Amino acid sequence: MPNIIIDAKTLEFKKGQTIIEAAQDNGIEIPHFCWHPKLSVSGNCRICLVEVEQMPKLVIACSTIASEGMVVHTKSEKVIAAQNAVMEFLLINHPLDCPICDEAGECKLQDYAYKYSLGESRFVEEKVQKDKRIKLGPNVMFDGERCISCSRCIRFCDEIAKDPELTFVQRGDHVTIRTYPGQEMDNPYSMNTIDICPVGALTSTDFRFKARVWDMSSNKSVCVGCSRGCNTDIWVRNNEILRQTTRYNEKVNSFWMCDHGRLETFKHVNAESRVHYPQIRKDGELVEVGWDEAFSEAVSHLKTFPKDQIAVVGSPFATCEDNFITAKFAKSVLSTGNLDFIRHTNPEFADDILRNEDVTPNTKGAVLSGLVPSQAGLDINGIIKAIKDQKIKALYLIEDDLVQCFPELESSIAKLELLIVHTSNYNSSTNYADIVFPASTYAEKHGTFLNGFGVLQRIRPAVATAELDRALDGMNMSRLDKFGTKFDSWAAGKKNEARPTWKILVSISKALGYKMKYNMAEEVFSDMASSIIELKGIDYDEISESGVQLKVEDNKTVNAG
Amino acid sequence: MEEVESKPVKRRTKDLNLWEKIYIPEIIKGLALTFRNIFRPKFTMEYPEVKFEPPASYRGRPVLVQEESGVERCVACGLCSRVCPALAIEVQAAETELEKERFPEKFEINMIRCIFCGFCEEVCPEEAIVMSKDYELAFFNREDALYGKDKLLVPASELEDRIKFLRQYK
Repeated sequence: MPNIIIDAKTLEFKKGQTIIEAAQDNGIEIPHFCWHPKLSVSGNCRICLVEVEQMPKLVIACSTIASEGMVVHTKSEKVIAAQNAVMEFLLINHPLDCPICDEAGECKLQDYAYKYSLGESRFVEEKVQKDKRIKLGPNVMFDGERCISCSRCIRFCDEIAKDPELTFVQRGDHVTIRTYPGQEMDNPYSMNTIDICPVGALTSTDFRFKARVWDMSSNKSVCVGCSRGCNTDIWVRNNEILRQTTRYNEKVNSFWMCDHGRLETFKHVNAESRVHYPQIRKDGELVEVGWDEAFSEAVSHLKTFPKDQIAVVGSPFATCEDNFITAKFAKSVLSTGNLDFIRHTNPEFADDILRNEDVTPNTKGAVLSGLVPSQAGLDINGIIKAIKDQKIKALYLIEDDLVQCFPELESSIAKLELLIVHTSNYNSSTNYADIVFPASTYAEKHGTFLNGFGVLQRIRPAVATAELDRALDGMNMSRLDKFGTKFDSWAAGKKNEARPTWKILVSISKALGYKMKYNMAEEVFSDMASSIIELKGIDYDEISESGVQLKVEDNKTVNAG
Repeated sequence: MEEVESKPVKRRTKDLNLWEKIYIPEIIKGLALTFRNIFRPKFTMEYPEVKFEPPASYRGRPVLVQEESGVERCVACGLCSRVCPALAIEVQAAETELEKERFPEKFEINMIRCIFCGFCEEVCPEEAIVMSKDYELAFFNREDALYGKDKLLVPASELEDRIKFLRQYK
């Protein structure tokens, strides 16, 4: 490999790389606004100026190809002076309205102003006034004055979203960004521009002014919108999810995720429709009861059915751990082979960028965890038919809505003698449930999802529940989380009584006389790793932040995209 | 108390002399001081009948400045909330049609937490939160100590003193 000398260090680089790429691969930071590793080179911000020996002038590191023996200085006096000049230049027309800007705290311009600028401006003239609060599309708001014209958003729409919608208009210091006449910026990936915008020119209409970034805590998770499983950060303040942003993972989603995943997939966690306590139907009404009472009620009913009259329906929305215990519960505790789950696909949702036809996060994982009927048992179609024929009299439904998926089943489900439902939110199936257990959502538990491409990824809790403590369970904490007391309204956000499905099932199994010794999701996983060949030798530490690629056979339920 | 009493009483090293032992002259000396002070000018105030009017530099409870239009100056940037060492301030921003774009939908100061340090005033980029001259703060329960916008908003005309002081010395 050829060598380049950056700041007196001899470093290897791949042929064809630019100086900024070679530096980044070796852990040297060269400041940049307009350059983005996944976008074409534009070279207009000029902050990445570096000194290359034997070149007459400073060059921009983002578009200068590295070559053998090149000697680069990134911290020389000339470079520092140039960086300061560029910063002063960029700030000439910047409104410096950080106090009302949502980007403050995670703003590149703000950070670089501290790092690479002397912080002095000689500009005394009036700043250029531009249009503010322009709604570029349904999800993106534009502030022309804050824009530093880096063109990242324009290039993103052209190159990644494949939907050219934005362009520069005007010239000189009046240059600003607009959608093409009559067009809206409404591509399904539009909100990625908010992330890559180095300043606060593009902000989210959904999150706008909801919270300062330093008041929130973020936890690493995975989007549940489709089987891609884009890596995300879940941002929480006062135990309420305020936004979900993308997290880099080259194996899965690179830097991007779709707007649907960003906006819609977490709303049910804070929703009004959450089930807050275990419930039992008494005289036709669901009544809130304690966990123990609900467990003993479930046990006393489950005991009365012969095993061929019971069916268990798992869920592709639940984690591998949940489904593993569900399978174990069905096969070993209830001794029924009538076990399957509902596939959710939506061909209209799919595209050739990130979105998949399978709109659940864990279809593959559900199969891998053993959520398959036994040889004599009924699969999902068989279960549905048996419910219609009233051969199945007791149904155990995990984190899914059977009635919504099969509306024609409604009358037969009403005739079931026993319907136990694990769910996070009320749905059409809970209307007929005899016992309802409040299940934790994906944002309230540890676990793993296996995406449509066989990448096993971890989810981590971001929202605390009654059984999940922010400090003890290793969740990231903001200053408000750390120092709030129960008397402070900003720290007394509601904690749900929910528990993860696997934990509920372990308790019921225990009450039925079948002991499962699991206290943590990690213990469930290590048991899975010892009994499922594909997971051999894998643990939570190895899955870590970027996931593990498994060698799983492609099954036809998953669209590999 | 019992412990103290159980110890043997220590004799004072310097005993009283005869003059002091007579006692009456010392009484007269003491009373003379009392009477002398009766006719001197008073420094105490008969609070609460008479109220103390603090100078502009005084840091009373923090208040929000209300413009003549009735709108608060605050843009809900949350810097006061961030800088507050006692975590007394809670701000929830929201969007407004006005030019300032954002305003505090909720602004709450927990007066039990507040330590009157004045950092909020110092950090405020809009001169929107200032320390007032109000020092009468007593509550019977925690809820009363939560000062919302209704209690915090004070017209700018009543705060001229402090704002002038800030412009001069801040």
